[in-house]
Amino acid sequence: MKQHLPATLLALSLASILSACVTINIYFPAAAAEKAADRLIDEVWQVKERNGMSEPAATESETK
Amino acid sequence: MNRLFLSAIFALSFFFMQPAAMAADIEINTPAISAIKNSMQARHNQLAPHYTSGAVGLTRDGLIAVRDAKAVPLKDRQSVNTLVAAENKDRNALYKEIAIANQNPQWESDIRNTFAQRWVEKAKAGWWYQTASGWVQK
Repeated sequence: MKQHLPATLLALSLASILSACVTINIYFPAAAAEKAADRLIDEVWQVKERNGMSEPAATESETK
Repeated sequence: MNRLFLSAIFALSFFFMQPAAMAADIEINTPAISAIKNSMQARHNQLAPHYTSGAVGLTRDGLIAVRDAKAVPLKDRQSVNTLVAAENKDRNALYKEIAIANQNPQWESDIRNTFAQRWVEKAKAGWWYQTASGWVQK
């Protein structure tokens, strides 16, 4: 019995390693990708800067 | 001896499982991606009027295209074509680089599809985008 324990553990951990690898290759994190895309698009199209805080700062320096 | 072997296997399995947990986030902060992003950001001021006029629209594959050349004065048509080509080159590189930065080059088409939807979602009212049945104005 004692002899079989390491072999069983080895098989189990090999299985978990293998499933982890398969997970990496198949699973596409769609929700995370959407968030990343939104962040990048906001920066490229400068959505945040137009509605955000940088505009009041700009007008302030203009009035000087 | 047995215990040492056991803990070694456990340590090893956790080491291999970690990337699976990390894969839930998408990395977009690499020098290559930032360079493409800056290039696209600098070009956007030139492209924005053409999105508004309807001369240029967002395609289904995450790129842009000239959809109504007549909306552009004759003298500017060549420069619009150049802008569109440069933008598409950046966008193709962007999708590829994001897939590579996340250690999954085969995600490129998934990333492209995600972006295609998000560009349209974030487009301003009046801009044109492509659907399966043709061009639609937002």
